[in-house]
Amino acid sequence: MGTGTRLGRVRGLGSARAGTHHWLNQRVTAVGNLILVIWLVVSALRLPGLDHEMVVNWLAQPLVAVPMILMLINVFYHLRLGLQVVIEDYVHDDALKFGAILLLNFYAIGAAALGIFAVARIAFTGGAA
Amino acid sequence: MARPQSRPLSPHLSIWKWGPHMLVSILHRVTGVGLAIVGALGLVWWLFAAASGPDAYARFIACATSIPGYIVMIGLTWAFTEHLFSGLRHFVLDTGAGYELKTNKAWAVFIPIGSVMATAAIWLYIFMGSI
Repeated sequence: MGTGTRLGRVRGLGSARAGTHHWLNQRVTAVGNLILVIWLVVSALRLPGLDHEMVVNWLAQPLVAVPMILMLINVFYHLRLGLQVVIEDYVHDDALKFGAILLLNFYAIGAAALGIFAVARIAFTGGAA
Repeated sequence: MARPQSRPLSPHLSIWKWGPHMLVSILHRVTGVGLAIVGALGLVWWLFAAASGPDAYARFIACATSIPGYIVMIGLTWAFTEHLFSGLRHFVLDTGAGYELKTNKAWAVFIPIGSVMATAAIWLYIFMGSI
């Protein structure tokens, strides 16, 4: 952080004008995933079965629906950050890179919305009849 | 790009002797991409099928419990544990610790072994429970 204006040094962003925030959020969501995905795996393994009725009744509970929605947000945020770095590393053509990151954003937000809607529907209706 | 060919490049992939830390590094990325696409879509498919009703859910279960379905689920379990363990290693490395050659190598060797063992343990638990 030896170069740049004083304001630039305080902001700590460097010449790319981004990076620290991305890096930090990758770690924050990694900790979130550590907790939430292990919660999902352990909960799923502890369920007596994974038939429709059992899963829907399980997901309809507030203390399952909320962590599941948080997990979806966290997982898709984390994978959006991670895949962005992969694209930036391997796609060198500016137009392709722009398009790939655009698609990545659509994928992450769209799939997360689909998952959150599914959980909300189960939670608010007690599952489809 | 008009770049003179004669200029030296900094040391790159091909000149290094492969070590466990390099394997763990690239596996972290590969498993991350796999989880991000196959794992995340599988999760959303499961939730969406559950929300769509018993018929859609039955179709999901039929796919998931087919032979290819089990291969994908076991693969995702391994990818998750591998990514989880090497992610924990990254947390340690982020603090500036664990770069001593022997320590670094020991953890890099443990991670793929540990992830295979954890995957085996999880699936043994599932198959034993279903008998």
